[in-house]
Amino acid sequence: MDGRRILLEFVLLIFLPFVFAILVPFAYKYIKGIHTGWFVLLVPLVLFGYYLSFIPLTMDGGHAISEIKWIPTLGIAFTSYIDGLSLLFTLLITGIGSLVVLYSIFYMDKKKENLGSFYVYLLLFMTAMLGVVQSDNTMTLYLFWELTSISSFLLIGYWYTRDKSRFGALKSMMITVFGGLMMLGGFILLSIMGETFSIRELIAQAPDLVSHPYFTSALILILLGAFTKSAQFPFYIWLPDAMEAPTPVSAYLHSATMVKAGIYLVARFTPIFGTSSTWIWLVTGIGLLTLFWGSFFAVKQTDLKAILAFSTVSQLGLIMSLLGAGAISYHTTEAMFAFATYAAIFHLINHATFKGGLFMIAGIIDHETGTRDIRKLGGLMSIMPLSFTVALIGSLSMAGLPPFNGFLSKEMFLESMVALRHFELFQFDTWGILFPIVAWVASVFTFTYSLYFVLKTFLGQGKVDQLPKRPHEAPIGMLVAPMILASLVIIIFFIPNVLGKWVIKPAVMAVQPTLYGSPADIDIHVLAWHGFGSVGLWLTVAIVIVGSLLYLTIPKWQPLYKLQPAKLSLNEGYDALMRGSEKGMNRLSRAYMTGLIRTYLLYMFAFLSVTVIAVLFIKDAFVVDMNSFAAITLYGALNAVILLLSIGFVVFAKSRLAAIIALGGVGYSVALFFVIFKAPDLALTQLVIETVSVALFLLAFKHLPALNEHGETKKTKVVNLIISLSVGVMVTLVALSSHSQKLIPSISQYYKDTVATEAGGGNIVNVILVDYRGFDTLFEIAVLAIAGIAVLGMIRLRVSRKETTDENK
Amino acid sequence: MNIFIWVCLIIIFLSMLGTLIRVFKGPSTPDRLIALDGIGVMLISIIALLSIVFDTIFFIDVILLIAIMSFIGTVSFSKFIEKGAIIDRDTHR
Repeated sequence: MDGRRILLEFVLLIFLPFVFAILVPFAYKYIKGIHTGWFVLLVPLVLFGYYLSFIPLTMDGGHAISEIKWIPTLGIAFTSYIDGLSLLFTLLITGIGSLVVLYSIFYMDKKKENLGSFYVYLLLFMTAMLGVVQSDNTMTLYLFWELTSISSFLLIGYWYTRDKSRFGALKSMMITVFGGLMMLGGFILLSIMGETFSIRELIAQAPDLVSHPYFTSALILILLGAFTKSAQFPFYIWLPDAMEAPTPVSAYLHSATMVKAGIYLVARFTPIFGTSSTWIWLVTGIGLLTLFWGSFFAVKQTDLKAILAFSTVSQLGLIMSLLGAGAISYHTTEAMFAFATYAAIFHLINHATFKGGLFMIAGIIDHETGTRDIRKLGGLMSIMPLSFTVALIGSLSMAGLPPFNGFLSKEMFLESMVALRHFELFQFDTWGILFPIVAWVASVFTFTYSLYFVLKTFLGQGKVDQLPKRPHEAPIGMLVAPMILASLVIIIFFIPNVLGKWVIKPAVMAVQPTLYGSPADIDIHVLAWHGFGSVGLWLTVAIVIVGSLLYLTIPKWQPLYKLQPAKLSLNEGYDALMRGSEKGMNRLSRAYMTGLIRTYLLYMFAFLSVTVIAVLFIKDAFVVDMNSFAAITLYGALNAVILLLSIGFVVFAKSRLAAIIALGGVGYSVALFFVIFKAPDLALTQLVIETVSVALFLLAFKHLPALNEHGETKKTKVVNLIISLSVGVMVTLVALSSHSQKLIPSISQYYKDTVATEAGGGNIVNVILVDYRGFDTLFEIAVLAIAGIAVLGMIRLRVSRKETTDENK
Repeated sequence: MNIFIWVCLIIIFLSMLGTLIRVFKGPSTPDRLIALDGIGVMLISIIALLSIVFDTIFFIDVILLIAIMSFIGTVSFSKFIEKGAIIDRDTHR
């Protein structure tokens, strides 16, 4: 088989949605009769079908690579690396992508919505997500990662005329891009440590990397990226606000795919970082905290999608903590921890199925009743029986009840957490007892909000006539996708081991490559029934009992939430941070940007003199060599006295005219200096220029402000004095020490020798100006020309003040 | 010879200092202007004497130039004091 040619094809498939996104606007514009979504649906379906064909390969522990070099000199390439883990994610992305597109065809109105941009964003996102999970190159992984952030931003802000959508989009952008940048830092550190961008090669070097000084920094930076994307504590706050997106987007991005990019990242990098105790503590600890936090606050919400958002946060925390626990298997042979990784991936699939379905149902309810407020809903069971069935299946699976897939993974989760107690490294034996307790309490709340979600919506008294719309069952097309997901929920419960063999075990193998030779070595068989001796069973029973009690008494303990002061919530913190940084920055720039040139000159001169003087003395460069000085002549000294007197007069002059005259005096005595130091050409030029510039001063005299018009205070005068003195001292020091330390002799001897023979001239200055170094002269002529034209322009082109202010408006 | 030039230089310098005092003190602008004109003439003398000291003819140009410049400068200043502007606008347009 010509492997290369075939392999080359599948990295290009990542870009299939991207290419299709270019075509979508044309389809939208020119084919009006058919909903654009039908064309788009082809893409994920084809991809899903294609990627299914990789299952036999990865089932045996194999992998496929296809690569296109992008920047070969830097080692950056688009790589599609498909092993168990990336295939699992790829199938989730394409599979749920197909269902979501199908659902969106019925959800998004053909006439009212701008479908062109919707599907462009969605396809863009699909490419980005496929790229994230298949990239083996950290740089392109980051590229696609940011593309998910951007497309998610576009999708959240899809209804951009609403304030809340824009706020949510901005918030998610800020947080995920912050994490993305941190992650880029981690990747760069990793590439310095391992001298490669390839994740596979990094994994191969993993044992050497642990002792590297950058290891912990890289670990924390990459975890920051993963935690922000996967909405872990305390970065979860963007996810509930992202619920302003259209429901298909919430279902796809914010439950099944994008928020799992962080999970993917943690899973992918477990072989590198998993041996570190920091990793285990952070991933497990933050995961559990998020799990508890999300489930606790989910009950507080009144918006259906907000409940689901908090539930997503909490379930992601669950998966995260299982991945952390799975990393423990590097330190102990206890089978329980290998089990944790299996459970994590199993729950990942389960969560994608039931949460996708639940979001779609929430969208249907919104669509059919006109509200998502759980306080207004109720008694929809008999009106929307199909939706109710799907919602019930999803919720019970989320709560962890049999016969739904959530039960299996929840039970495995509880058992892993109980096992953590016995782990003896890294002080887990002292704190370990907390893990099962937190996990169990969080599961109780999960059970409660699952019941809360489904029962408050569908049971109870019907307030049907008060709803904004007359509710009725959704069209069947809209229900197809959630029904498929719901049936998956049940099917997976009955055949977990088929799924395990096909998909999960290869994925576990990818997360822990050093522990197993092939997926078949993973000795895990998921059972729904472990007998009465199993801890998980009794914990589940307790969860059901306590959770039901909590549900029945919700009105009694809900005031508990009011105990948390509104000012102390994380959202408040985010808002305060945004407001504070804006205010602080404004204050900062207002403090130093006064708009006065005087102030800026002050900064520049102070900085210049301080740095130069400091460098002179730190480097011990201040040397005065008296021998190199020429003898002081009498006329030189006398002329210097005249020069100093004139300068003093310029500074202390009371009238502008006197200052100009004194300035002329300065210029003429400088000309005299040129005479004394034997530079006739300079003296000539200086005299002419001085006369002209004095005349120019007089020409502009009428328009110049009176001296000391600013009414400077004593303080600014003192500051100015200090600064000017220090600049003077600085220049003097530099001049003295540079004169005293000439490293190489001057080249002027060459000019003297060749001025007549080579250039045929007698005046050495003129020959240098027009012959040896004529280029400088050319551009000085240009400077003069520009100055002349600019003066002419300023005088002639007078734009009146009124016009300019009009333009500024 | 040398002593003669030195004495000349010192005398001119002293008179230059005297005229400078006039430049500084004023009291009116024409006083300053006349003093400045005087300084120009003294500059010419100083440069001429210095050329003798340095034994060079290259500064003769400078002497001529100062003479012209000093004249132009004094005239333009005078015109400025008289009219408040140096270059007249064409008023017949």
